[in-house]
Amino acid sequence: MVSIAEPVAKPVSRFHFLLDRRDVLGSVLVAPAVLYVLLLVGVPFLLAVYYSVSAYTIYDPSWRFVGLTNFEQILQNPVFLDTLGNTFLFTFGSQLLGLILGKFGALLLLRPFPGRRIVRALIVLPWVVPIALATVCWQWMFDSLYSVINWTLIALGIITRAEAPNWLGTPHLAMLCVILVNAWRFFPFAIVIFLAGITSVPQDVIDAAIVDGAGFWRRNYQIILPMVLPVLTIGLIFGIVFTFTDLSVVLLLTNGGPVGATSVLGYEGYQVGIVSGDVSHGAAISLFMLPVLFVLVIGMLRFIRRREI
Amino acid sequence: MNVAKVGKKAGKEVAFFGAVAFFVILTTFPFYWMVITSLKSNSDIYNVSNFPFWFNEAPTLEHFKYLFEQTLFTTWLLNSLIIGVCVVAITLVTALPAGYSLARMSGRTGEAMGIGIFLTYLVPPTLLFLPLSRLVADLGMQNSMWSLVLVYPTFTIPFCTWLMMGFFKAIPVEIEEAAIVDGCSLFGAFLKMAIPLSVPAILTVIIFTFTLTLQEFVYALTFVSASDQKPITLGVTTDLIRGDVFYWGELMAGALIASIPVAVAYNLFLDRFISGITGGAVK
Repeated sequence: MVSIAEPVAKPVSRFHFLLDRRDVLGSVLVAPAVLYVLLLVGVPFLLAVYYSVSAYTIYDPSWRFVGLTNFEQILQNPVFLDTLGNTFLFTFGSQLLGLILGKFGALLLLRPFPGRRIVRALIVLPWVVPIALATVCWQWMFDSLYSVINWTLIALGIITRAEAPNWLGTPHLAMLCVILVNAWRFFPFAIVIFLAGITSVPQDVIDAAIVDGAGFWRRNYQIILPMVLPVLTIGLIFGIVFTFTDLSVVLLLTNGGPVGATSVLGYEGYQVGIVSGDVSHGAAISLFMLPVLFVLVIGMLRFIRRREI
Repeated sequence: MNVAKVGKKAGKEVAFFGAVAFFVILTTFPFYWMVITSLKSNSDIYNVSNFPFWFNEAPTLEHFKYLFEQTLFTTWLLNSLIIGVCVVAITLVTALPAGYSLARMSGRTGEAMGIGIFLTYLVPPTLLFLPLSRLVADLGMQNSMWSLVLVYPTFTIPFCTWLMMGFFKAIPVEIEEAAIVDGCSLFGAFLKMAIPLSVPAILTVIIFTFTLTLQEFVYALTFVSASDQKPITLGVTTDLIRGDVFYWGELMAGALIASIPVAVAYNLFLDRFISGITGGAVK
């Protein structure tokens, strides 16, 4: 007869023992992800920084240190200053437009009405569909000859065929187009973020404010806005980072043209570093994104911290 | 008096639904335009005097036929599928344990580490593509879709680790503690308790990893130039343009087919995605 409670003597390896310590197992579990990110983001990032102070090109892959020469050369090029300006115009223009559209869209979707779910599903389309594909569609809609936008304007009698604008071939219009397409792509994201923020404000807080005599504006701007601000900021930071460093919209819609009118940092870095093979100058151009990214990351950290409290 | 009030209310309703209609048209018209262009015959597309919003000649499937028979479209679809599946596998194997560890096991340093990993998501491809293209070349993967399998996890891992961290935190820790009291090892508690409980979260991670790989464009453009190695997004946007000639019908057909699955998947999981991206700030 064997009693049920007979202890089974299992050979326990030392390894097993170690894995039962919370801190050891914790490190083991997190290690693969951290290593992957360190090796393929951390190291390349440092490499990019080194490229920018070296004389590296794909034709002469030398690691010769040249100091800040690359940056000086870039800054002396007046075209680069235009690129820098374009990048800011592109980023803030499309984010501002996106936020305004997003705010109005969110206000509409806040009210329940039949078919709201379907409307929301349709409205988020620009943000979820791969932007490269949507951009090609916009390129077709802005076509110099077959533009459906021009056709409509002509049919409505606003312009004649002779005056039909060449959207992507005129510097200022081309800039407007890349801003519009990027705003079009981001405003659904802004809507969703606004909605998530507003619906997260507890109803009893709003009720209490009403009981205390707070009017529409006070409720909106002194109670709801401060409460949704952290969420909005995180959303906005995402939007700015992805716009500021964008390459695909500009590359596919205008290819930086006409004559560099829509060239932005990401595009210029690609042209110089990858297409022309001048890796060191390409890396230096890309590094001009860093100060802005740095400020945004600090902002992000502050808001994540605030959430913890 | 009463009539005026009713009239005012009706006016408000009209304005409201008018605004909703404006937004829906703004977001969906380009996709409608894809559909209509992809189904029009060439002579219909390239006739400026035709009414563009509807068919002037009988709709045709010739562009879709050309796409599947005369181009590498099916290869691109298959490439995207292979890339997606591999990246999902790599992401799950690394991000699941990492998210769990950061949520449960590492205290304050874990918190900081989690934020650190998440912030790498903000390091843009346009900064990393130069050193990474050299790495890809050194590994002999240039011009091959495997380079994308290697590089895509650099943004899916940070994102999914963050998502999983939030999801694991939402599971009550008592369940795992009970399992451990009953003789389960720490690792066993993760495998047998935490993972089965987070199946919906894992599903979300799978869907988002997959859609992120489909949406990516910059790395694909930089690393892959051989037509038969391209993923769908890159293939459609670069290979259907020969010099200055745009195959608009085929372009729109290809863009449409590639867009639909992403649009559907995203919409199904949108709410989870938002709560993930705002890091549980919405509660």
